[in-house]
Amino acid sequence: MLKFLLRRTLIMIPQLFILSVLIFLLAKSMPGDALRGQMGPQVDAERIVELREKAGLNDPWHEQYGRWIGNVVQGDFGKSAVYQQKVTNLIGDRVGNTLLLSASILIVSYLIAIPLGIIAGRWTDSWADKVIVWYNYLAFATPLFVFALLILFIFGFTLQWFPIGGSVDIRADKGTLEFVLSKAEHLVLPTMAGALLATFGTIQYLRNEIIDTKIKDFVKTARSKGVPERKVYTQHIFRNSLLPIAAFLGYEITGLIGGSIFLESIFSYPGLGQLFLTSISSRDFSVVNMLVLISGAAAIVGTMLSDLILSWVDPRIRID
Amino acid sequence: MTVNMGNEKPVTDSMQPKTTHTSLGKTMWREVKNDKMALFSLILLSAILLTVYVGSYLLDLDKINRIDMFNIYAKPSADNWLGTDYGGRDIFGTLIIGAKNSITIGVVITLISGLIGLTVGLISGYFGGFIDNVIMRIIDFIIILPFLMIVIVLITVVPVFNVPVFIAIMSIFLWTGKARLIRSKTLAERELDYVNASKTLGTPNWKIIMFEVLPNLSSIIIVNMTLTLAGNIGIETGLTYLGFGLPETVPSLGTLVSYASNPEVIQNKWWVWLPASLLILVIMLCINFIGQALKRAADARQRLT
Repeated sequence: MLKFLLRRTLIMIPQLFILSVLIFLLAKSMPGDALRGQMGPQVDAERIVELREKAGLNDPWHEQYGRWIGNVVQGDFGKSAVYQQKVTNLIGDRVGNTLLLSASILIVSYLIAIPLGIIAGRWTDSWADKVIVWYNYLAFATPLFVFALLILFIFGFTLQWFPIGGSVDIRADKGTLEFVLSKAEHLVLPTMAGALLATFGTIQYLRNEIIDTKIKDFVKTARSKGVPERKVYTQHIFRNSLLPIAAFLGYEITGLIGGSIFLESIFSYPGLGQLFLTSISSRDFSVVNMLVLISGAAAIVGTMLSDLILSWVDPRIRID
Repeated sequence: MTVNMGNEKPVTDSMQPKTTHTSLGKTMWREVKNDKMALFSLILLSAILLTVYVGSYLLDLDKINRIDMFNIYAKPSADNWLGTDYGGRDIFGTLIIGAKNSITIGVVITLISGLIGLTVGLISGYFGGFIDNVIMRIIDFIIILPFLMIVIVLITVVPVFNVPVFIAIMSIFLWTGKARLIRSKTLAERELDYVNASKTLGTPNWKIIMFEVLPNLSSIIIVNMTLTLAGNIGIETGLTYLGFGLPETVPSLGTLVSYASNPEVIQNKWWVWLPASLLILVIMLCINFIGQALKRAADARQRLT
């Protein structure tokens, strides 16, 4: 176990290193550099050459990388050319919204998926199972941006039940109940769009897992000992099938990041996904790079945590 | 040559019935036929494909692309079946051309990334050991990356951006899932007696891979290609929706949907964006329903009958 833990954690280091090099190289290939954004167009060419030398932009690339990664590790992500603020501040302002939306999508999707998965697995081939399997096909096949647009069109524009954009009513004061309610209200549509489709993996996993476990020997033993059917499920089958779901959380991060880009753009929700899109459109690359780096690092760390939890829950995986 | 044929024959004969191909095709057709949704999807999808490809051939491209400022955002009428967009261009025509582009590009991406995934997966799974280890670490890494963000960044920074570049960028990332699947199946296949027998008889590795392992994976490959095709069309239209997909000169279904980011359009001008959205949805659902039926055909435990 300890060996596995150690090995799994060590893999993460080259992954993070390669990610940072990739992003650094991408940044280098981007038109313009950090200096361009800080100077007006009037600055003459000679002065630029001088400043470039001073800023170390003519050094060999590995030295530049070393300086860059050193700053990143110390939390200095540079300055946004468009907003004229520190990238950390920009991200800090929006990261809360994205985390809130992601958490709310995850919770709602589990609240839907776990009962449905259990029902479909326990009563296989019943009409309920058929409906659930159908729903799951739909959830798998429907593209997020089309579904989100339809939700926005139906519940936001046509029925006008929920706000069509933003994360909170600007008139609400921070700290009041009204503020919290308004935040919740703004979360409803994006959460609905994200969560209803995100159920796919969990439902399918649970259903298959329960169907497989149902016919295992230990379940037969429990039944033949006279354990009531209800208890066979709650104490013997579900316990085995539900635990790994907790471990899948970390794997969801990559998907949530991708989803947040679509959801935040469609529901004009001020989070990191929207910041990413506006920054790339205005060529504000220092912000873009940091967002990609943070997202990539979050996904790498999340995957590692998931692997560790999964190996703890299911010892068979450790051998791999 | 004769020696090899002599070697292969008894092996293939004992492992697979002579009718492998017809039987795979037959099983697949039976599954689709017995599943009403899949059959309906197949018919609908064929109708859509026929309309789109024949339609785009018959339509007058110049007429569709002509900007008509006196006729912007016109409602659906006999002249413009689905109305017109912000430049007075015919939506129905754009829809047909867009669907053609989206489907064609989806198919090309699926084939290219499928070919890469297949090659890498077969090599990795068949030879195992060090190569396998390295390839799997690379795949693990690519799968973790925030795909959407990196693709958007790449599309923004490439000096020249056109359809082939778009296809290339997508293919760099989308082969990994397939490679992983094929690798795990090849790994299982490699342990079977027919492969060992062939090796003992001195059949070269590439021949075992191409003519013995590969045919046994064909059903999985077909199923996986079908399902990823739907996914790839979704990714392409999604990126185009965000403004980072096909260039504007090459309309996609996503181009029409992207007009919905204008609140005025999404609220009052449904004919601009809704048909394209629904068409994407219908195409993806059809492909998926067919794919699920094929999946059952490929896996005996899941078959309906």
